[in-house]
Amino acid sequence: MASVRPAVPVNIPPTATTTPRESNATLSMRMTISKVNFFYGSKQSLFDINMGIGTNKVTALIGPSGCGKSTLLRTLNRMHETISNARLEGEILLDGQNILKQDVTAHRRRVGMVFQRPNPFPKSIFDNVAYGLRINGSKAPIAEAVEKSLRHAALWDEVKDHLHKSAYELSGGQQQRLCIARALAVEPEVLLLDEPCSALDPISTAKIEELLVQLKDLCTIVIVTHNMQQAARVSDFTAFLLIGQLIEFNPTPQLFTTPSDPRTEAYITGRFG
Amino acid sequence: MLTLTGVCAAVSVLALFLILGYLVVRGGASLNWAFFTRLPVPVGEVGGGMANAIVGSAKLLLFATLVGVPIGLLGAIYLAEFSGSKMAFVVRYAADLLNGVPSIVIGIFAYALAVLPFKQFSTLAGGFALGLMMIPITLRSTEEFLRSVPNSLREGAMALGASKWKMIATVIVPAAYRGILTAILLAFARVAGETAPLIFTAFGNNYWSAGWTQPTASLPVTIYNYALSPYEDWHRQAWAGGLVLLGLILMINIVARGILSRGISVSRS
Repeated sequence: MASVRPAVPVNIPPTATTTPRESNATLSMRMTISKVNFFYGSKQSLFDINMGIGTNKVTALIGPSGCGKSTLLRTLNRMHETISNARLEGEILLDGQNILKQDVTAHRRRVGMVFQRPNPFPKSIFDNVAYGLRINGSKAPIAEAVEKSLRHAALWDEVKDHLHKSAYELSGGQQQRLCIARALAVEPEVLLLDEPCSALDPISTAKIEELLVQLKDLCTIVIVTHNMQQAARVSDFTAFLLIGQLIEFNPTPQLFTTPSDPRTEAYITGRFG
Repeated sequence: MLTLTGVCAAVSVLALFLILGYLVVRGGASLNWAFFTRLPVPVGEVGGGMANAIVGSAKLLLFATLVGVPIGLLGAIYLAEFSGSKMAFVVRYAADLLNGVPSIVIGIFAYALAVLPFKQFSTLAGGFALGLMMIPITLRSTEEFLRSVPNSLREGAMALGASKWKMIATVIVPAAYRGILTAILLAFARVAGETAPLIFTAFGNNYWSAGWTQPTASLPVTIYNYALSPYEDWHRQAWAGGLVLLGLILMINIVARGILSRGISVSRS
């Protein structure tokens, strides 16, 4: 497994990107992951991951449970550091700077995250969205920023008349869009989503998928999903991971129609996972 | 067997109601406005009240809360949010042991630490002794409530760029505040009726206490002294004091339960 097949893009410096052929000329990389190895204690869970995250694109990470896709996602905003025995080797660049050398709280403002289950704070809808601005001592007028974020998250019309109600009075799908609004309020450059629809019904899921496609004008999106159809619907690029290794990384249509690795094909045709 | 268990259950309820009933009958008869507003009168005179003891108890409990609650609260935050499992085990075990230390021993300890060096019984020494007793109760229950806040909220705050302290102050503690408030109230109620730690610290006083560094009367100690006395009128007053004390503790317990029954303010999905 050490030698990666040629079809797998290996992006070291952003300039030498070998990602997706069709857009090679124009695609710029917001984030670059190079030679990333990841360990929980002595157990290695990511092996030599190299990939680029295209600016204002949606990149999907797919693979069976335990393949490391969530782990990889969490390294991008250094959430792995909240686990005491986690260790990361390698380099992750955001706009050319190594994120591991930045101030962690400043970095997390630039790379927001939405989790598997909606996790609004036990506060009002307004205070949830304003949270990131307030803790960062933002000088921007908060009410306007809150409205803007809620509009971006396609939630404004549903909540504008009761912004001061508890966030827990919203439905699951609304709560998840609230969490997206909360993440957008600090204007991150990258938005990470960790299976954001896995706890939602199909209608809420459709709304969020629609939203993601619109949001990519605003920021770069990386989404982990269990659901291959979802990856096919929303993403521009898809990375397939298997037991901690990046098996294939290609433009989404290509990965799903003409996968270059037999394991990818086996997975997307439902032979395992 | 069913009968036996039923009888035992009934006895435990009965014990409470007997105490309550007896206190209400005996104490209620002696309770009057003067009890709350007047100082004790010399032996031989009938009447007077426990105003000094009521104010003394309030001062002792205030100082105890100032000592016990911040330490218990911050210690609980450390246990729930920062410590590794080994350190947490040691602190938790120590807190449980401290909780089990007989209150008379706490009293002797406070006497050695806060009375002997100053050669003076004082309100502060009494409050300190009660405060020591509040620490483990506040610590353990606050920790439980902090732990019951779902981890997803911690992650949510951190992912928005909150530092750990900001996350605790703006999300975790507010999410657990009902539980924390309950813990404080129960610790307060627990020490409100303590007599032993006050006997050699706050001591007692037949008049208004002259200040924080002077001995003070308190409800439990006054009840103790009056009940031991040979005077009928003092016995009556002791019953009245018991009723007031029990009423206070009962009320705090009911309020605490009321706060808690509204749930911790987080949905536990």
